[in-house]
Amino acid sequence: MILVFLILLLFAGGVVAWLVESINPKLPRWIALLSVSTALIMLVQLGPQFSVTTLEAGSTQTWNLLLIAPWIPRFGIQFIFAADSLSYLMLLLTAVLGLVAVGSAWSEIKQRVGFFYFNLLWVLAGVVGIFTAMDMFLFFFFWEVMLIPMFFIIAIWGHENRTYAAIKFFIFTQVSGLLMLLAIIVMAILQARHTGTLTFNYFDWLQNSSDGILSPAVNGYLMLGFFIAFAVKLPSFPFHTWLPDAHTQAPTAGSVILAGVLLKTGAYGLLRFVLPLFPQASVEFAPIAMTLGVISIIYGASMAFGQQDIKRLIAYSSISHMGFITLAIFAATTVALQGAVMTMLAHGLSSAALFAMAGAIQHRLHSRNFADMGGLWQSAPRFGACMMFFCLAALGLPGLANFVGEFLVLIGSFSTNPVLVSIAALGMIAAPIYALMVVQKIFHGAPKPGLKLDELNLRESSMLGLLIVLTIYLGFFPQSVLDLLEPLLLTTAHSTGIVL
Amino acid sequence: MDKLWLIPTFPLLGFLLLTLAPLTVGTLPRKLSGLIGAGSIGLAALTTLYVGNDFLNSGEQSFQQVLWQWFQTGSLQVGFGLHLDALSLVMLSVITGVGFLIHVYSTGFMFDDPSFARFMSYMNLFVAAMVMLVLADNLALLFLGWEGVGLCSYLLIGFWYTDPHNGYCARKAFVVTRVGDTAMAIGLFLLFQEVGTLHINEIIAISGSQWSSGDSTITLIAFLLLGGAVGKSAQLPLQTWLPDAMAGPTPISALIHAATMVTAGVYLIARTHPLFILAPDALMAVAIIGAATLLVAGFTALTQTDIKRILAYSTVSQIGYMFLALGVGAWSGGIFHLMTHAFFKALLFLGAGTIIMSLHHEHNIFKMGGMRKKLPLAFICFMVGSAALVALPLTSGYYSKHDIMLYAWALPGAGPWLWGVALLGALLTATYTFRLVFVVFFGPVSSDHAEATEAKSISMALPLLVLCALALSGGYWALHLDSVLPASEHPHVPALVNGLTNAVPFVGIAIAYLYFGSRQLSVERLMSLPMAKNLHQFWYSGWGMDQLYNGLLVKPWVLIAQINRSDIIDHFYNVLALINRLVHELISKTQNGNLRWYASSLAMGAVLLLGFGLWS
Repeated sequence: MILVFLILLLFAGGVVAWLVESINPKLPRWIALLSVSTALIMLVQLGPQFSVTTLEAGSTQTWNLLLIAPWIPRFGIQFIFAADSLSYLMLLLTAVLGLVAVGSAWSEIKQRVGFFYFNLLWVLAGVVGIFTAMDMFLFFFFWEVMLIPMFFIIAIWGHENRTYAAIKFFIFTQVSGLLMLLAIIVMAILQARHTGTLTFNYFDWLQNSSDGILSPAVNGYLMLGFFIAFAVKLPSFPFHTWLPDAHTQAPTAGSVILAGVLLKTGAYGLLRFVLPLFPQASVEFAPIAMTLGVISIIYGASMAFGQQDIKRLIAYSSISHMGFITLAIFAATTVALQGAVMTMLAHGLSSAALFAMAGAIQHRLHSRNFADMGGLWQSAPRFGACMMFFCLAALGLPGLANFVGEFLVLIGSFSTNPVLVSIAALGMIAAPIYALMVVQKIFHGAPKPGLKLDELNLRESSMLGLLIVLTIYLGFFPQSVLDLLEPLLLTTAHSTGIVL
Repeated sequence: MDKLWLIPTFPLLGFLLLTLAPLTVGTLPRKLSGLIGAGSIGLAALTTLYVGNDFLNSGEQSFQQVLWQWFQTGSLQVGFGLHLDALSLVMLSVITGVGFLIHVYSTGFMFDDPSFARFMSYMNLFVAAMVMLVLADNLALLFLGWEGVGLCSYLLIGFWYTDPHNGYCARKAFVVTRVGDTAMAIGLFLLFQEVGTLHINEIIAISGSQWSSGDSTITLIAFLLLGGAVGKSAQLPLQTWLPDAMAGPTPISALIHAATMVTAGVYLIARTHPLFILAPDALMAVAIIGAATLLVAGFTALTQTDIKRILAYSTVSQIGYMFLALGVGAWSGGIFHLMTHAFFKALLFLGAGTIIMSLHHEHNIFKMGGMRKKLPLAFICFMVGSAALVALPLTSGYYSKHDIMLYAWALPGAGPWLWGVALLGALLTATYTFRLVFVVFFGPVSSDHAEATEAKSISMALPLLVLCALALSGGYWALHLDSVLPASEHPHVPALVNGLTNAVPFVGIAIAYLYFGSRQLSVERLMSLPMAKNLHQFWYSGWGMDQLYNGLLVKPWVLIAQINRSDIIDHFYNVLALINRLVHELISKTQNGNLRWYASSLAMGAVLLLGFGLWS
């Protein structure tokens, strides 16, 4: 019930925010802040329910907060909400980055404020739905719910080329989403032929999958339908080209949510649906998927290095980091999967921070081009230090969260395919080349006459401070997260027949 | 001994204080920043003394302290654990001891810099990371320290960030060493796959039964680890970053790029020596890389004019000796040379710092001259440091380097060859070192700096004097490394070999004297020989390695990135969109509202359909 309440809270918050704009245009942001922080507080209080000690030892039952209610009984469609530790961690990330997004929009958004926060909160609600819906049709419903408000955020509050970017984002996501819808419907019908009951219940599907009622060839095609939808969202090479445009044109809060949370829904989908529902097909497809992951790593890093636009650069670096996740998920060992989830969290924090800072720079200097920057450390040392910190996080410096993720990904995937992982490791060389360039081009070098950057204000400092603390905490004490995930990922890894 | 965890903690606290205070309460007074910066390392050094004393008295071989579980999942288990034994104790003493002296020197040298607090905070972070590197009980934690020191090296080389060249040098150092680090990381992955653990002691315990000597897997692992060592320790072929690293403030060059970080590769090989012993090919490669590097860097040092670059190439060359020592099985000898080198090279760099400061940032030795009387303290430092560097008898460098060369001779097979290279290297060392001494301190006073006065402050002078004492006496210390490293019998060599090894530094000094002291022989005449100019240019540029890498790696990467800036994959989708639009336009042309057109196309369609139906 509490999960539904969470979603309703965000939906309702959005509506209220829109309504109160007419009273005072400063009110919507407070409504947004209130709803997101309430959601965060609720989630934090749920924490103990997911800790390993409360689960029975040796039980594979990792689900919590289950709610089942009929929706469209004729087609076997139900409201099923549930959360396990993976959902829970993703929800936490969503709430934290929701706060950051509200903070980034705080003084940046001046037009149609109410409608903006309406969209922002509805995206968040959609994402919460994605992470908790355990009925395939319901899942698809939320998949769409998150898409449309995001489209508006880019198209209305975006920058110079926003319409192009918004439409590109919409078409890529929509086409791939349709493939998934097709796969979902076909799969439901095929299963019904064997079992006699039409159902979209995820848990029933899991059971059917382990009973092996569909033929391997059919499974292969269905898996591909899901895979493409999630690979576009992730995004993985060669489906990545919507991302740089969407990121560059979106307002800061949009980029934060896009990079920090929306990309993670793709990774979540692979972990939640592709691997468990199609274990055999995934293993057969793994060499291709892992190769795509490795190409993403190297190609993304190379593209990032060539950019002049700071937001484009960060967007390509995201593609590079998401490559590690694809690699790990299809290597499918427990260690690699742990690394994938850790990378999801770490990249969520660091890319959100990087986009928040890029947005703040654009807000101050009215440019995203490196050519208009340089030597800004003197006027804004705190800003520079934060940028340095997150660039170091992005290049995988040990002691920060991203390192733990990448290290687990690589060491966990190595036994599956040593050659590919060795190539992926070259990303360790390519990352500092672009990451350190960011600091160099913005903050280092001789100060340019007349060019000044205002120092981070209190709101920005506390926002980034929170992300810094979390990044360091996960870097030194990742065990708390790993413990949460271990039983679940062990099961996922076992389902593919890989025991490690 | 259970206070071991305090040793990395003090520098870390110093770093946190110095970083967070300016961001929250405002700029600290300079004196306080200096006190925090140097004091934290002083406390670490005292703790090392206390813990080390405890450890030596306990008679135990090693001491473990696991602070917390870093990450554990599946069969991978990595603790945040510390491991103290004789080897890490030697490293700790050098890092905190020499580190403390350099910190004290820095409080004088950097006092007037606008970013003094930032400087001290980076230095403290460096010491914390370096201590973690040598105390780590597993390779993942070692990698944390390994990357941490790399980060501090980057931050400090680029400390004066307003000059983009410094930033370039800093990034170059980071990226080039990352090449080695990546090899090392792949080595860790392979090790984990093979033995299922990253804990160093467990790996060593398993290795003997897991692999037979010369096994291809262990050879591959050893080579990958060697890749990491080569990058960090600036050995061939990844040595190109170190000379450029001299862009940083001079105390950094002394601390990071001479005494501690660059010797991390030597430490890594010593720490994992059982793996290298199982892989004789890799061990031989260590020796050959060391020998080749010491020669290449020696020739290059001979041609440099920047005082810091001469010392930098000298460092590369001396680490070559350490690699040679490890490669020929003189394990303790390599670590011994690491320690004495830390003393005398830190001394030389700090002395050079004093010269540079006194002469208003002059780096070119040929614009100095006759500085003996103007800069007496620097002169003393350079005489002591140079004597130890060229291994004159009774100095610390003599005991360590002499040993290495004799062990090299005794190696069956390639031994005499390696010894010959090391001998030539020793000749070069003596020549380039005393070239520097004669040019800078003797001869007529340079007209550029006739008014120079020595920068004197107690905080700079005191560390120099202590280092002088260490450089002279460090050779008499016995390092009890037998509990960690395999002991080897002292080699018996022919008297001639021993004699030549002893004599060659004097020959080098004599050559330097004839060319640069008395000037009885003319450098100009030497340069007028055929090919001499080209050879000089070749050596001066560091054997063309920079140009090679630029052409082979840097430029292609930049070019690809620039050509593909607009993303070739996107073009595919653009073409897709274009085709869509064309088709759309084509079809929308048919909707032109012209009745005749509609009628005729209707008729045409009917005919076609009919025809199709009839013929098929």
